[in-house]
Amino acid sequence: MNKILLMGNPNVGKSVIFSRLTGARIIVSNYPGTTVEFTQGHMKIDEERPAVIDVPGTYNLEPTSKAEEVAVRMLKDGDLIINVVNATNLERNLYLTLQLLEKNISLVVALNMWDETKHQGINIDIERLEKELGVPVVPTCGLTGEGIKELIIRLKQAKTPKAKITSDSDKWERIGEIIERVQKLTHHHHTFLQRLEDLSIRPLSGIPIALGVIYAAFTIIRFIGEGLITYIFEPLFDKAWAPIMLKLGAVLGEDTFLHNVLVGNLIDGAIDFKMSFGVLTTGFFVPIAMVLPYIISFYLMLGILEDFGYLPRLAVMVDNLMHHIGLHGFAIIPMMLGLGCNVPGALAIRILEGRREKFIAATLMAVAIPCMAQIAMIVGLVGERGGQYLGIIFGTLFILLIVKGLIMNKVLKGSSPEILVEIPPYRIPQLEAVVKKLWMRVSGFLKEAVPYVLLGILFVNILYALKIIDFFSRAFSPILTGLWGLPKEAISALIIGFLRKDVAVGMLGPLNLTTKQLVIGSTVLAIYFPCIATFVMLVKELGIKDMLKSATIMIFVALIVGTLLNIIL
Amino acid sequence: MVIDLTRVKNGESGIIKEFDSGYEFMRKIQSMGIRPGKNIKKLSSHFWRGPQTVEVDNVRVAIGWGMAKNIFIEVNR
Repeated sequence: MNKILLMGNPNVGKSVIFSRLTGARIIVSNYPGTTVEFTQGHMKIDEERPAVIDVPGTYNLEPTSKAEEVAVRMLKDGDLIINVVNATNLERNLYLTLQLLEKNISLVVALNMWDETKHQGINIDIERLEKELGVPVVPTCGLTGEGIKELIIRLKQAKTPKAKITSDSDKWERIGEIIERVQKLTHHHHTFLQRLEDLSIRPLSGIPIALGVIYAAFTIIRFIGEGLITYIFEPLFDKAWAPIMLKLGAVLGEDTFLHNVLVGNLIDGAIDFKMSFGVLTTGFFVPIAMVLPYIISFYLMLGILEDFGYLPRLAVMVDNLMHHIGLHGFAIIPMMLGLGCNVPGALAIRILEGRREKFIAATLMAVAIPCMAQIAMIVGLVGERGGQYLGIIFGTLFILLIVKGLIMNKVLKGSSPEILVEIPPYRIPQLEAVVKKLWMRVSGFLKEAVPYVLLGILFVNILYALKIIDFFSRAFSPILTGLWGLPKEAISALIIGFLRKDVAVGMLGPLNLTTKQLVIGSTVLAIYFPCIATFVMLVKELGIKDMLKSATIMIFVALIVGTLLNIIL
Repeated sequence: MVIDLTRVKNGESGIIKEFDSGYEFMRKIQSMGIRPGKNIKKLSSHFWRGPQTVEVDNVRVAIGWGMAKNIFIEVNR
């Protein structure tokens, strides 16, 4: 046994079981399409260490999206399949099971969400189901870990069924027979959560709920983010780190190359973490004291909403509006993920069906959805000048999202496909799961962002020292000064923006800009190009040709919007 | 009588009769558990030809307006 595949319908808990089997940490949520790429880990069975692969969910073996294609392609390489089945919805799930039984691969069925069957008045005769299917069936509850040991033991009894290939209608008939024999339903009363489910899916109550949820989410994100900055991170840097840096500066000697690179420029004889721009001062302050607090608060809220199961309902609520910009409601999910970081957002574009839709979603996200790191920097830098300026920046980006979406929807051939999505039941998020997911995302940020920020700041200092920035400043001054009204030195921010958008926004700080210039600079930085990590991901998802088209659009939009803001403000 | 899904009232139940659509869509929606002979309950209908949400067995699904137009339901009226 070398390769074990976890396969099943979307949102049945494959990823949770994967984590339980392998101990690997992966993102799990309560909506279909969380896993869009396969993840591999290893488990231990006696002396063997077979690979376990978490395959994206699929309803059948005829793929309709790229995520499902991945699933079907994986099938060839598997030695054993654990077919994860949602016990509360056996009938529908058995269709894929019957298709898998015809593939001549060893199979074990994990009857997941077993605990939920009890509340829902569903009674399944497991022994009988085993007989009917001819393979082991194990009830499991991924979230609590119940049944996982039993599942591992029974993997050895996996059987390769000798099922004949049958037609669709034969399969449904067979499923009908099986259900008749193994499942009994008893009446149950609607719970509070189910009533809430009903309310949040009807337009009259659902729209106010959606607005309330979004407003509450952002208020809480801001409250926690600002709180962490004011009471923890800023004091930490001001009281503890600044004196050390001043001493280091004294040792290095002011105006030496090392002083400029490591500590940066002193402002009135002191370290200003936003202005000094040394690798050890601003380099640490930006990712840790300005961005990290918002990353923590954003991903905490996102994790709770994901696990609760709210996102697919939001998708239904916004479906109509999204059609006007060439997408359907489910595209709200990559956009929400993109608000955290555009890279996972770009990956999640896979859940969308067509090339047109992916192109529109990618181009809109890269231009009009700033990531949380960038948002945090803009709030930190521009917020000091007054809240209304934040309103101008984010308002401009929002209008841009709508206008650009409307135009692309008109200009691009074809029309947006319609939504067809399963809406999961609400589940109360479990503290342990929420904290685990938050930690994965935050540590991911620390591991990936901090080195790049430090590298970026080092890079700027070197470019300055070598006078390369001066050269670019002169070359691009017609655009920067002529069109956007920015000082030509702002080119350094645009250059670094390819690497990290947060550092780029931070670089506007020491330029002594007027408020108007700061607003234009921040807006243009959000629009003109995605950071390199997002760019690479988008090339992978769209192909180089579509990505070049998309990038051309981005640059043009930045030119136009920057100029317009310069004229209007 | 048999009407398309968009004309079923909110809260009304019926039996799925047939689909008037391409093979690919039929296969997809059937593997999601929505297929002829099943009892279907409409939960809500969104403004301006928005998605229709339905419940079949234990599953809730949101279906775009155009797709819903091609799903025919027998209701008791």
